[in-house]
Amino acid sequence: MISETSQLLSDSVEKIFSDHVTKDCIISAEKGEWPENLWNEVLNNGLNLVLVPENLGGVGGTWFDAGILFKAIGRYQAPIPLAENIVAGYLLGLGGITCPENSIITILEGELELNDNKISGISNRTPFGNHSTHGVAIINNNNKSKLALVPILDSSISDDKNIALESRNNIEFRDVEALNIVNVDFNSDFILKIGALMRSCQIAGGLESLLNQSVRYANERIQFGRPIAKFQAIQQELAVLATHVAASGVAADYASSSMDNGGDELAIASAKSRVDDAISVCASIAHQVHGAIGFTYEHGLHFSTRRLWSWRAEYGSGTYWAKILGEKAVSNGANNFWPSITSGKI
Amino acid sequence: MNTPFNFRLTKFPNEAEILRHEVREFLSDALKDIPKETRAETWYGADENFSRKVGQKGWIGLNWPKEYGGAGRSSMERYVILEEMLTAGAPVGAHWISDRQSGPLIIRYGSEKHQKELLPGILKGESYFCIGMSEPDSGSDLAALRTKAEKKGNIYLVNGTKLWTSGAHRCQYMIALFKTSQEEDRHGGFSQFIVDLSLPGVTIRPIIDLAGRHHFNEVIFEDVEVPEDMLIGTEGNGWNQVTAELALERSGPERYLSSYILLQELVNEFSNKNDDEGVIEIGRQMSHLTTLRQMSVSVAGMLDQGENPALEASVVKDLGAVFEQELPNIAHRLMGLEPDSNGTDFQRYLAILTQISPSFSLRGGTREILRGIIARGLGLR
Repeated sequence: MISETSQLLSDSVEKIFSDHVTKDCIISAEKGEWPENLWNEVLNNGLNLVLVPENLGGVGGTWFDAGILFKAIGRYQAPIPLAENIVAGYLLGLGGITCPENSIITILEGELELNDNKISGISNRTPFGNHSTHGVAIINNNNKSKLALVPILDSSISDDKNIALESRNNIEFRDVEALNIVNVDFNSDFILKIGALMRSCQIAGGLESLLNQSVRYANERIQFGRPIAKFQAIQQELAVLATHVAASGVAADYASSSMDNGGDELAIASAKSRVDDAISVCASIAHQVHGAIGFTYEHGLHFSTRRLWSWRAEYGSGTYWAKILGEKAVSNGANNFWPSITSGKI
Repeated sequence: MNTPFNFRLTKFPNEAEILRHEVREFLSDALKDIPKETRAETWYGADENFSRKVGQKGWIGLNWPKEYGGAGRSSMERYVILEEMLTAGAPVGAHWISDRQSGPLIIRYGSEKHQKELLPGILKGESYFCIGMSEPDSGSDLAALRTKAEKKGNIYLVNGTKLWTSGAHRCQYMIALFKTSQEEDRHGGFSQFIVDLSLPGVTIRPIIDLAGRHHFNEVIFEDVEVPEDMLIGTEGNGWNQVTAELALERSGPERYLSSYILLQELVNEFSNKNDDEGVIEIGRQMSHLTTLRQMSVSVAGMLDQGENPALEASVVKDLGAVFEQELPNIAHRLMGLEPDSNGTDFQRYLAILTQISPSFSLRGGTREILRGIIARGLGLR
């Protein structure tokens, strides 16, 4: 059964996104405008703090709760770094660090190093880096990794975007003093793992929107004197699309809930690999059903498909995670293969 | 609701995980002398001795209520037994149908007499049932079936032919759908019967499949006198009763584990090779297997809660068939070995599964019918 927190989060994110994430909102975000009203609503409802412990002022929710929000971001194509802020809040919480007031925090990745309390190096293709006030990084340092919260404002930021026109900035740090540094018992691979979980859920949500849009369009579009939904050829295609959407939703939920149960890589790697396979099938069918109109900027289908095509390569592609799964399976041996599936641990 | 589907994650209770170990222990002994080919056939493979052993363990009818002789345990525990048996390649075919749907149907719709006389044999693993639905002119279009049961005094006189009846030659009973009256509604006028296959006028003829195996049958009824008290449920309500069975039939682990052994063998083959392509493909298939299992378990959970997950079951069956049908092709692509019934273990598995895989998207509802059901669930028809 769904918990009370989950239900509340689900209701409030649906309300906020259905009110604010309009087509105009997405289009202006693609032109580089910051969706101030939307972001303020998100902050007012504490959605960014879902994984921050209560003693640090957060919601103290579960990864399953976070997964609900990640999926909604994908379903509405919300052009804000909510997923990244949720993950950043989680990481800071692990280090016992409170999120700074009115901050927008992104996740840093790249060749970063610490000297004393100063961070140097380049964080590559940082999501929403140009809109963010802070970044959180895990810096591998021999056996002792450190988690650092760093301000971004003074750094030099590129203006790169992904094909969904979401900012993906390279940020250069030159001896920038970190606000907090703590020792942690995991290294930067951990970011790859929770990043994969985050994107898998967003993708699952994005795929749902492909299905919903395609079903709506097939029921509206009339050819040969009837809605194209009445043709078996279209029905069979959309049924295939739906099966992959259903599978992706389950793969994402399983990954979220596995993080709540110890965080074995099996479920997360499976999710990223599974949803990646789903994108290939679903984007193709959704565009085929929409015909030429779905290929225009004017129609909104591409807000989903361009995101899916970007997100599938981030935090390890499906192939990257499939290789991790396969390597572990062959090294564990055939006799341990089925037990690893039933125990959810590889 | 964002999609018409209602898959919720369902966890196995602790009892189920304890049971899992018991089942693994039992199988490591019980399967010692089972030949490789039989193991690759999974639930197409039948071994009456094995079924009796499973019955002795109390593992048939595990989730039936105690008052009917079952163990009164959850569908989740039953699920564990099924998935462990299938992945180990246990020859469960003899009792599979009676455990999965004939028994539950008798509990739900049968008379006290049916229940008293028929359930004990099923539970012991000695009494086997087959499903009499398809006919020569009625495949996917089940409502086109023509076999008639005419009420004559205290019997029904049955004439017609059932086709593609799996395992009829080793079953004592068939649960059959017959036409009992002509109605305007094309789904009306059907009734279900429990037919004793030893009755005079019943002829069972083998149909040999492409792999040379006797699995299917043609069952001919010529003036067969079925006692009136062998009608099960309500006369004329057959269509609804059959539809209710389908969720049980379409979502279980047998809908995605049929080729499982090949994936496990690939893990074995690539353990000693330094081959990224194989390793990546194994990982991809693991992600599909892991996800399908969660989906199928979710449906088991819904059944346990008394819900009707017919739509979700169709999704599991369609995706499951794609998965298990693709594995022989993947095994071929990665290994390049000829399927050979006299070759290595791997080649023998490949030989049987390559040949039987076309049936995976035919049995229990064709791919096209399932996708039609899903399309209806989406509001397209």
